[in-house]
Amino acid sequence: MATLVFLEHHEGELLKPALGVLSKAAELGGDVAGVVLGSGVRDLAATAGAYGASKVYVADKPELEKPLPQPRVDALAGLVRDQGFDTVLFAASVLSADVAAGLSARLGAGLNWDLTDLVQQDGTLIGKRPALGDTVYVDVGWNGEPRLGLIRAGTFDPKESGGEAEVEDFDVGFEDFSLGATMVEQAHAESEGPSIEDADVIVAGGRGLGSPDNFKLVEELAQALGGAVAATRAVVDAGWYPYATQVGQTGKTVAPKLYVACGISGAIQHKVGMQSSGVIVAINKDPNAPIFDFCDLGVVGDLHEIVPKLTELVRQRKS
Amino acid sequence: MKIAVCVKHVPEGTTHARIDPGTMRLDRSGEGAINPFDTHAVEEALRIKDAQGGEVLIVSMGPQSAQDSVRKALAMGADAALLVTDDAAAGSDLVGTTNVLAAALEPESADLILFGQQAGDSDGAVLWAAVADRLRRPVISQVAELTVGDGKVTGKRQTEFGYDTIEAPLPAVVAVSDAINEPRYPSLKGIMGARSKPQRTVSVSELGVDGGGIGEGGSRTSVQALNDPPPRGDTVKIEDDGSAAEKIVEYLAEKKVV
Repeated sequence: MATLVFLEHHEGELLKPALGVLSKAAELGGDVAGVVLGSGVRDLAATAGAYGASKVYVADKPELEKPLPQPRVDALAGLVRDQGFDTVLFAASVLSADVAAGLSARLGAGLNWDLTDLVQQDGTLIGKRPALGDTVYVDVGWNGEPRLGLIRAGTFDPKESGGEAEVEDFDVGFEDFSLGATMVEQAHAESEGPSIEDADVIVAGGRGLGSPDNFKLVEELAQALGGAVAATRAVVDAGWYPYATQVGQTGKTVAPKLYVACGISGAIQHKVGMQSSGVIVAINKDPNAPIFDFCDLGVVGDLHEIVPKLTELVRQRKS
Repeated sequence: MKIAVCVKHVPEGTTHARIDPGTMRLDRSGEGAINPFDTHAVEEALRIKDAQGGEVLIVSMGPQSAQDSVRKALAMGADAALLVTDDAAAGSDLVGTTNVLAAALEPESADLILFGQQAGDSDGAVLWAAVADRLRRPVISQVAELTVGDGKVTGKRQTEFGYDTIEAPLPAVVAVSDAINEPRYPSLKGIMGARSKPQRTVSVSELGVDGGGIGEGGSRTSVQALNDPPPRGDTVKIEDDGSAAEKIVEYLAEKKVV
């Protein structure tokens, strides 16, 4: 297998989900290379060696400065053709999904998305994909090469192997239409603490909090645990908390080591975004809330009583 | 301004949807409905038309029953519809679907092609970028605020890191998020009028698409097996008797996550 992993980056760092996919590719074996696309990104490329890439291809071009998908399709299509990669893997994101889909059309290559695992079965690559609200797990395969795969963000943890990567520049022939879309403005959402995709611990709040002010209970517990704050779609729609923190079908998919759900009923739309978490603790007043069917520790009770006490106990433990 | 909106007919209520263990494909024999995410794209097209004039064409690919979804979009206010329906296309993967849709869209020469943010059945959120590549047009996805005018389209969207504003010259492909608008309900007049609006049905061969790369046989991806979701292990459920916080901390310590 000759695998290429798309290494997305932001503000001078390779993203954790992409490095996780790289580590997984290295574990599966064969030749594993990474590709970094951008402007002024050459130094970044070398850092991928530590996560299992033996080689990192770099296209350092002004056309690739902004995170737009189509110039990236041009770059990857050329690279995959020239180097003969049989597998190209992406950690799913707003950007990478568009890149993978464009590449699929360009190369006429099969794309499987929403993968939560990759395995070798009798020498054939198989992807695992939860479907229909995660009620069924589908084994998906590819006919022909190259095989393209989008992995759910947060599925694989980056593993430092301490290797070094050879960095090689390559040239890109851009299509006219690929340079049609331009980034007019990029505003960065101000967030405190770790982002929910990177956090090992997430404390999430739902409707059961009762009011937007009560999010401070969630924030304090998150702070005590050294984690990030997430929210359900219902409270984001109600304007209680920003969209960047939304977990679920139309938000982000997360898989922290610990997920504490406060006042969250556990609707399927939310479940699909967090059920791969390591340990799930749910606090809810309603003993029949669906979340009690898929959490590890379910606490029936008033979160307004329990959460502040829990925050205090965690603080004591840590001090 | 001519706007084409791509809509998908999906099994109604994904809670009842199932994959047929025989064909390994989604069971489409039950009741279907327009993919809810696509109604936001229809609504956005209608708003642009209401403000600037023009026509809205609904384009769909699916079984004959997809007529129901097409008619729903017409009842909302779209002007005409094109349904690609062909047994040869059933089971197409992303590449096959892209080939067929692009072939249907190309001769229509729409200024703007709109998609919803994902398919409610397959959870796919990839088709627009593939179609845009095949049609060689710029694409903007996840758009929560759309402006059209002066031969260009401007979309605002949220990403993992903040807010992007992206501009592209027309003709362009745009996928809208479901935060962009609240889709209207069809009026009685709209429902009555839908039937008399121009609706074309075409086969894949009529579009001149090579049958080799479409349908299940032409798919570059395959379904190998269906499995039950992995069990999560037992849930420990407790009622708060005043000591729940202590019990949670003990549990977390035991699991080594605190």
